[in-house]
Amino acid sequence: MPTPIISLPLSLSLRTQIRQFSASQEIEGARSPPQAMAARVLSFYLLLFLSIAQLGVSLYEDQVGLMDWHQRYIGKVKHAVFHTQRSGRKRVMVSTEQNVIASLDLRHGDIFWRRVLGANDSVDGIELAFGKYVISLSSAGGTLRAWNLPDGQMVWETSLQGSKPSKAFLLVPTNLKVDKDNLVLAFGGGCLVAVSSIDGEMLWKKDFAAESLEVQQVVQSPGSDVIYVLGFVGSTQFDIYQINGKNGEVIHHETSNYAGGFSRNTLIVSDDVLVALDVTGSILITVNFQGGKVRIDDKPISDLVGYYSGQVELLALRLGRMFALKAHQHIALISVTNEGKLEVAEKVNSAAAISDALPFSEGQLAVARVHHEDNKVQLTVKLGNDWSTNLLDETVKIDGQRGLVQKVFINNYIRTDRSHGFRALVVMEDHSLLLVQQGEIVWTREDGLASVLDVTTTELPVEKDGVSVSKVEQNLFDWLKGHVLKLKGTLMLATPDDMVAIQAMRLKSSEKSKMTRDHNGFRKLLIVLTQARKLYALHTGDGRIIWSLLIGSLRKSDACGHPVGLRVYPWQVPHHHAMDENPSVLVVGRCQLSQDAPGILSFVDAYTGSEIESSGPVHDVLQVIPLPFTDSTEQRLHLLIDTKQRGHLYPRSREALGIFQQKSSNIYWYSIETGNGIIRGYAIKGSCIHEDSDDFCFEPRDLWSVVFPGESEKIISMATPKLNEVVHTQAKVMVEQDLMYKYISKNLLFVATASPKASHGIGSATPEEASLVVYLIDTVTGRVFYRMTHQGCQAPVHAVFSENWVIYHYFNLRAHRYEMSVIEIYDQSRADNKDVLKLVVGKHNLTVPTSSYSRPEIVAKSQSYFFTHSVKAITVTLTAKGITSKQMLIGTIGDQVLALDKRYLDPRRSLNPSQAEKEEGVIPLTDSLPVIPQSYLTHALKVEGLRDVITVPAKLESTTLVFAYGVDLFFTRLAPSRTYDSLTEDFSYALLLLTIVALVAAIVVTWIWSERKELQEKWR
Amino acid sequence: MEKGKGVIGFGRRWAVEFTDSSASPSSRDISDPPGFIRASQDQDDSSISRQKKDAEANWKSQKAWEVAQAPFKNLMMMGFMMWMAGSTVHLFSIGITFSAVWQPISALQGVGKVFEPYKDSKVDLLGPKLLFIALNLGGLALGVWKLNTLGLLPTHASDWVSSLSPPQEVEYSGGGIPFH
Repeated sequence: MPTPIISLPLSLSLRTQIRQFSASQEIEGARSPPQAMAARVLSFYLLLFLSIAQLGVSLYEDQVGLMDWHQRYIGKVKHAVFHTQRSGRKRVMVSTEQNVIASLDLRHGDIFWRRVLGANDSVDGIELAFGKYVISLSSAGGTLRAWNLPDGQMVWETSLQGSKPSKAFLLVPTNLKVDKDNLVLAFGGGCLVAVSSIDGEMLWKKDFAAESLEVQQVVQSPGSDVIYVLGFVGSTQFDIYQINGKNGEVIHHETSNYAGGFSRNTLIVSDDVLVALDVTGSILITVNFQGGKVRIDDKPISDLVGYYSGQVELLALRLGRMFALKAHQHIALISVTNEGKLEVAEKVNSAAAISDALPFSEGQLAVARVHHEDNKVQLTVKLGNDWSTNLLDETVKIDGQRGLVQKVFINNYIRTDRSHGFRALVVMEDHSLLLVQQGEIVWTREDGLASVLDVTTTELPVEKDGVSVSKVEQNLFDWLKGHVLKLKGTLMLATPDDMVAIQAMRLKSSEKSKMTRDHNGFRKLLIVLTQARKLYALHTGDGRIIWSLLIGSLRKSDACGHPVGLRVYPWQVPHHHAMDENPSVLVVGRCQLSQDAPGILSFVDAYTGSEIESSGPVHDVLQVIPLPFTDSTEQRLHLLIDTKQRGHLYPRSREALGIFQQKSSNIYWYSIETGNGIIRGYAIKGSCIHEDSDDFCFEPRDLWSVVFPGESEKIISMATPKLNEVVHTQAKVMVEQDLMYKYISKNLLFVATASPKASHGIGSATPEEASLVVYLIDTVTGRVFYRMTHQGCQAPVHAVFSENWVIYHYFNLRAHRYEMSVIEIYDQSRADNKDVLKLVVGKHNLTVPTSSYSRPEIVAKSQSYFFTHSVKAITVTLTAKGITSKQMLIGTIGDQVLALDKRYLDPRRSLNPSQAEKEEGVIPLTDSLPVIPQSYLTHALKVEGLRDVITVPAKLESTTLVFAYGVDLFFTRLAPSRTYDSLTEDFSYALLLLTIVALVAAIVVTWIWSERKELQEKWR
Repeated sequence: MEKGKGVIGFGRRWAVEFTDSSASPSSRDISDPPGFIRASQDQDDSSISRQKKDAEANWKSQKAWEVAQAPFKNLMMMGFMMWMAGSTVHLFSIGITFSAVWQPISALQGVGKVFEPYKDSKVDLLGPKLLFIALNLGGLALGVWKLNTLGLLPTHASDWVSSLSPPQEVEYSGGGIPFH
């Protein structure tokens, strides 16, 4: 454990080191001229090397995993294909809503391989082909890929250009061959395409969009090469095409009409019946197209299922000669008899999930049905041909925090007694994935963590009697043994076995996974809100889940049809007098996706993971503004803004109201309307005046607005300083002890606008059309402090705001490169505070509270650099006191996190910095920013699908905690200026102790000797 | 005399004092032995001893001046060392500078002791002492100047405001792009 010794301001130590180096340079410079020149150059490179070494955050191979952890996920599974041949590894291929295609080990749930497709490349279907490929269709039928089954290498990729958007289907016929070459059929963009399975070459293409046919289904006639393409023309005409699978020629085309009109919800039942709903959604239409002849029947749904209300939906399942109809909180399983009659086989609660039919032996189909009973889950596998026969009936106990079953996939195996067994892959409401076999959960994957929406952190409980939850406490003997091993390692006495033991000990250090607060503030809880409306608490030490909660108030109910989670905020952070209370977080959600849907608030205890309180549905929530005040129980005051820009105060207590009313004259807020290109500022006018208002509602007063010209500027990005950022000093010491005062304000807003054409992807605008304008706006007064135009530059813009500077990343069309710019702002009105005597006696106005209305004079310095990477996210390190130098953390397009020192983005950099500037650490100007391979925080790992990086200060000033999330999670600790205030992790205390003991012993021995010798001298 | 007195202490029954420096016969309680004429011897000795004493005083004052000038050499050497050390902060220059500051201070503390051997009723030590102090003060000034050139003295505005935290803000503003 690193122990803090001193908290020494880094600027000093760094400066001293650099000065040392330049001193050596000076001494060398005193030699004969040519030699001096060489020496100067050499020492300059040494200096550069030193500065780079100083900036790098590289780590050794054996340090991987010591303070970082990485978790790999796939997301919510939407398709699954089992591959369980008799020999070899059993696996299941899945595709997910996070656009991941993965091969999972069926025994343990581990990932064999995984491919993450782009954000807009959602998977439409996957199929196994010929026992060696996984074929995937993605981008709404736009891309067809073949992956090698064992290792996930891409074999081929074919881009299918359709003419208009349509449904997408993937069909892998088993016996459709052209010259020994199997065909893969894909439908997308209105075209049916046959592709060779060997190299992905397109063999034929048939465009249906030209015939204004809206294709609903593509199906292969069993045992023949004929492909049926079924669709609608307009709303009443049904068309069926018979196509020769080998060459794409139309064999037969038949049309028929249904006066009632079709809705677009259709389903194929068996091989020759199509089921559809009529426009009103109250009549079932069965279309029998056996042998190319079309026969249309209809039947009112109420005749089948009795009374129902609301929407009716055909579930997209393949159940043999059956289909599932969801109506009025029930699922009706309806079978189609050979004569085309419809019969209801069973009605189950809509909380049940039904699998596709699985052919498992000669002509027999198995269908799994999962439904909830109390807190248990009933898995029933039925014979598809005969619904009354149960093949399997098991009860599985599943954690209640996983919610309802969403999807189930089944697979069969032969038991030792030659009977058929079934295993089921279950997708739960929280997006977790479970494999159930023989009434047991074989493995579980927490794939909800692949879709993190928002993150906050809380401290762990303070260590005291009865509080520690740690079960991994070591005894003294283990501690000693560990240190002796370490000592052996240090003295190079360790055998290879010992080395392995040492490494294992370092990795599994109980110190980092304890459930109590530590001295350095490294151990915290990461509270993570996922898309599945589930809250997880992850331990920063090893990433394990401490608790998880499916938020009850954010679950589907009558009042809330499609609840969504939005954000999570720290609500109560107890310290001082409220120490005994547990910290809590506020989860803000919404009933619907639309902005005016009522909001839901939930308060969750951060230690126990239980919902303390919830309110909702309440007023709609557009924004949440955490205020800088807390009440007596350390609950932070929050102002929730609704669509009418009214503010609602939380917590709803008299005390909070009192605090708020006292400060309300100094509270402002602003809203960025990206659609209109307007930023509006508001202040509080008074209590609400509409009828159903309460005391905690406040009317807004329009203060200011910044209107961007819509034809030339469109808001594309914004950044504000972080609320919890601590700034150490307001002064910046320049060369020759010159002084500049930073303009530090939390009420600043950075906005980037681009010309409408340049606000889309790269390539949408020419350099002449593109321009990028950046603004710095005071959000209290609406005053524009600074405005700068970048001609020929365009979106995407990623920006980060910290202290008195903004760094933003954009694309320069003229240079065909990405650029990063920095703006630093200084307060000129304070600049005359330079009289030493006055400062000594404290006669200055530097600590007087400032107001935005005092019209500060702002001076901005700016500079731009080229940067190699395109960027997904950008953030900055935060430390406890803000003394440590800053690093930018850049989420690169390669899903890695790169640390870049702020010193590289210094507007003072010039081509030939003076000696004094060099001493200050100003790096000579280069046109592009260096990418130092050692400064990748993620070292060899990838945070697939990276979306954001957040930083949290640790208690130790030198260190900041970094959490990056996407499909994967990655956490590490970073010391931007090295851990100058603590000993390193692998510091050998045993060696220190041994040295001290040896020294003491030596002192005693020599003292005895000297005494003896002195005595002898005296007797002589 | 000092020593003799020192011997007479507690636990001694008797003591014989062999030295006798008192000049006046009246102070003696024992009469001189017969044949011993004190006056002639005294007169003889006094002329020689006066000469001796004058010489000694001369020598002392000369020595005192010499001692007083000694810091000058030191000063020159310090200056040279400082010049050698350069104007950047590192171990060597810091060591030199601190010794340059410390030496004059310790010397000033021991002014009395330095000039004690030359203490004489006939020697005027004020001049040498003043010179000594002045030279040491010069050395001290040199050291401080060196400290300043190294940037270790808080004489710039930046030294006083570099840890000044930013001022509080009266207003508070929040907001952003609405959730979607």
